[in-house]
Amino acid sequence: MRIKSNRWFRGSSSAVVLFAFVLLLAQAALAHASLPGSTFAPHSTPAHEEHSLSLFVLSICLLIYLGVSGLLVYALIRFRARPHDNTEPPQVFGSLQIELSWTIIPILIIVVLFLGTARVLFSVQDAPEPPTALDVTVIGHQFWWEFRYPKYNVVTANELHLPLSTKSDPRPTFLKLTSADVMHSFWVPQLGGKTDVLPNRVNEMWMDPLETGLYVGQCAQFCGPQHAKMLLRVYVDTPEAFEKWIKNQQRTQAELAQPHIAMASMANPGNQSAGPVPPNSPPTHGAVAPTASTEATDAIDARNGQLVFEQQSCISCHTVAGTVANGRYGPDLTHLMSRVTIGAGAALNTPGNLEAWIADPSTFKPGCLMPAMHLSDRQNAQITAYLLTLK
Amino acid sequence: MADQSLPVGQGIETALDRTPAHSGRGTYLEVVHSWIVTVDHKKLGILYIAYALIFMLVGGAEAMLIRIQLIKPHNNFVTPFTFDRLFTMHGTTMVFLVGMPILFGFGNYLVPLMIGARDMAFPRLNAFSFWISAFAGILLYYSFIGGVGLAGTGSAPDIAWFAYAPLTEKAFSPGHTTDYWAISILASGIGSIGTAINIIATVFCMRCKGMTLMRMPLLAWLYATMSFLVLVAVSPLTACQAMLLIDRYLGGHFFDTQAGGSAILWAHFFWIFGHPEVYVLVLPPFAFANEIIPVFSRKAIFGYPAMVAASVGIGFISLGVWAHHMFTIGMTSFGNAFFTLSTMLVAIPTGIKTFNWLATIWGGKVRFETPMLFSVAFLFQWVIAGLTGVMLSVSAWNWQLHNSYFVVAHFHYVLVGAIVFMIFAAIYYWYPKMTGRMLNDTLGKWHFWLMVVGFHVTFDTMHFPGLLGMPRQIYTYEPDRGWNTLNFIISIGGFIQAIAILILVYNLVHSYFRGEEAGPDPWDAWTLEWATASPPPAYNFAVEPEVASRRPLWDLKHPEDPDSAFE
Repeated sequence: MRIKSNRWFRGSSSAVVLFAFVLLLAQAALAHASLPGSTFAPHSTPAHEEHSLSLFVLSICLLIYLGVSGLLVYALIRFRARPHDNTEPPQVFGSLQIELSWTIIPILIIVVLFLGTARVLFSVQDAPEPPTALDVTVIGHQFWWEFRYPKYNVVTANELHLPLSTKSDPRPTFLKLTSADVMHSFWVPQLGGKTDVLPNRVNEMWMDPLETGLYVGQCAQFCGPQHAKMLLRVYVDTPEAFEKWIKNQQRTQAELAQPHIAMASMANPGNQSAGPVPPNSPPTHGAVAPTASTEATDAIDARNGQLVFEQQSCISCHTVAGTVANGRYGPDLTHLMSRVTIGAGAALNTPGNLEAWIADPSTFKPGCLMPAMHLSDRQNAQITAYLLTLK
Repeated sequence: MADQSLPVGQGIETALDRTPAHSGRGTYLEVVHSWIVTVDHKKLGILYIAYALIFMLVGGAEAMLIRIQLIKPHNNFVTPFTFDRLFTMHGTTMVFLVGMPILFGFGNYLVPLMIGARDMAFPRLNAFSFWISAFAGILLYYSFIGGVGLAGTGSAPDIAWFAYAPLTEKAFSPGHTTDYWAISILASGIGSIGTAINIIATVFCMRCKGMTLMRMPLLAWLYATMSFLVLVAVSPLTACQAMLLIDRYLGGHFFDTQAGGSAILWAHFFWIFGHPEVYVLVLPPFAFANEIIPVFSRKAIFGYPAMVAASVGIGFISLGVWAHHMFTIGMTSFGNAFFTLSTMLVAIPTGIKTFNWLATIWGGKVRFETPMLFSVAFLFQWVIAGLTGVMLSVSAWNWQLHNSYFVVAHFHYVLVGAIVFMIFAAIYYWYPKMTGRMLNDTLGKWHFWLMVVGFHVTFDTMHFPGLLGMPRQIYTYEPDRGWNTLNFIISIGGFIQAIAILILVYNLVHSYFRGEEAGPDPWDAWTLEWATASPPPAYNFAVEPEVASRRPLWDLKHPEDPDSAFE
């Protein structure tokens, strides 16, 4: 998605004089680049409010700076020492009136700034949730994002899909954010400011995306070695496209699968005792048949891939709904192929990248918590073949 | 005459001994020994400053490595693990091993001299404070040998300088580097508190005859305010380090969220230290400006009582603003509004100070010597730093700016543009007093102009990636975000600053041996430290001076128009 660069210019025009010479350089760079993370290209109501507030504050600060620095420049030139003048200037010790004036004027400016801030602060932070709102739960992990749509029974990772919200059909999204491990922060600049994601606590934020498209962001609170590769992609879809996406995400792989793939899956009696059943959990009885594990296992195909996937420890961390794989530690892979990236944006989701990632995730993301499983190349290829079927 | 104090302006020359100190240097070993066992506030002050300058080079080198890594997207100059250590150590070093010690060093050196005392109130506590701080620094850097970090590899702390919980808990930081970090901060806190007590006692109990509180140089007022802030602010820091160590070693759960602890609790503890800490670091540079700007404008400071009130006011207000670091952590809207307002209030006393400096220059005859050049740059940069601070206090906008490179740019504007620039001004201004020799002026001008250019190329530019969505503390970034050119420019500016710093280091060493003789009062200044020899004898003043105004040496030099007639 391209951001219209005139927005940027409008947004930053107040800052031009403040950082004049750098801006010349900066704008040269900015004019040519698409700027997917710019806070000056808002696409939701909270982001718009924050943006107009920022222009208001920038203008006031710019005026103050021009005034003070102008006086300073004038004083330094006007009152510089002349050569061969060794006399001392008249000594002035102060003036109560002048002190009062530069105490009271700043107080007035601050009253204005505070009232402007308070208006946006309360209107954004305390906005009530309308009944049409979409609820999404965001769970931060080292170093990826889990998204859960409780009303739809959908779980996905790293790529958030939201419906478009329009004036006639407002469909804001209300996020509940929490963390599974350390502190993170959810930030998609064009859709609004950031909200920290804390363990043992639920924070809330909302956004109402006003244009369809892809919005990018990333974790904004240092959370460990791969903080930099904890990227966020938010797809804002038309209501129809969103419904279609939801429908697909709701299907388990058991429903999707060819019979012979379901055959590969083993029964999972242990699942019954796993406490409250999370959304997208595999069915507990009978949906899958016991595996016919005596067949030849060296062909590189999805069926053998599933066998390897389920017989190695992949399933301790990953879920593929409708199969025995119900791990919760890593991203849900049920619809892996519906995502554009892997590793929370560390690489594009291509078969080659996928296989390299399975062989050793640290080639893309050193320090990420998924270990290299030290499987054979053939096994990695088989798993890749299986994952490629998870559409 | 020795038993009889004379009022300044009526024969101070006989009262102030300007004979240089005993100059027998002794053997190499004796010199080293004399520095190690010294309790002289001047030697300890120089030790603090030298210690801090060495760590400034180390911290600066870390910054350069960071900038090389970020010079282009997806760079592989260092690993993510190394990068995390670099920025953690850079931040911790610059705040705890450079900022605090160098400012305490100047305070140690200057406060007794400027109030006409012979030493600090507690000379042995002074030595203890320095050596425990030195221990803290060495311990922190020993972690490069002794520690294991977050990912079970390598060495040195890698938890960021504010070390947010629960990343620091055993579950996420299994090695020992976090312990090195916590214990070092704890130890340096003990040193800071010792020095703070010492400065407060010195300012309130050791002033010479005639020096009422309202006749003290502003530097003494600001150091007293700063020391009170240290007492209040370092205590919670020490407490939370103790709590962290209890969590890590005694099975406590203060910050262990998996067992019901609170991550926000750490943030509150850390920032109730961390924000006053900013003012701990910025008040002494204000103090330097209060001394240097009048001398080079040839005018008394404008509005002395207002300056005192503003400084103390900043001290009080700064204790109530800490949660502006936490606008995104999930406080209520009322909490956000409260901390927005309290933070904005800081702008009022700060504005008063800025305008008083302006009024001091107004009507003066400004001499642009090197210390004044740095002070002038400080004034312009301080205004920008203050204004970006106001922008960050706007909590609703802060949701966008928080933890972005805009914040990094803002606090480097404060820490480098204001604080480091004034520290350089102070070095050029007081080096002649400390060593008896002037710093080389040509090198000084080179240092200044390279520093100004490098600083603005780096830190003006740095605001923009933040506005374009670049978060801080990332070891690399995506090439499609529009941050590439900006980061390249930032890195280039960083290298220019590094050259400037190397020139300063060369100048400091070169001028110590080859510098021009300074004499007792090279700047034609007005406060008491210029009334004694350069460097001052161990006892500072042979006879306790007696003052009748805020500018005793003005009274002495202008008997026809003494300040004492007007105060």
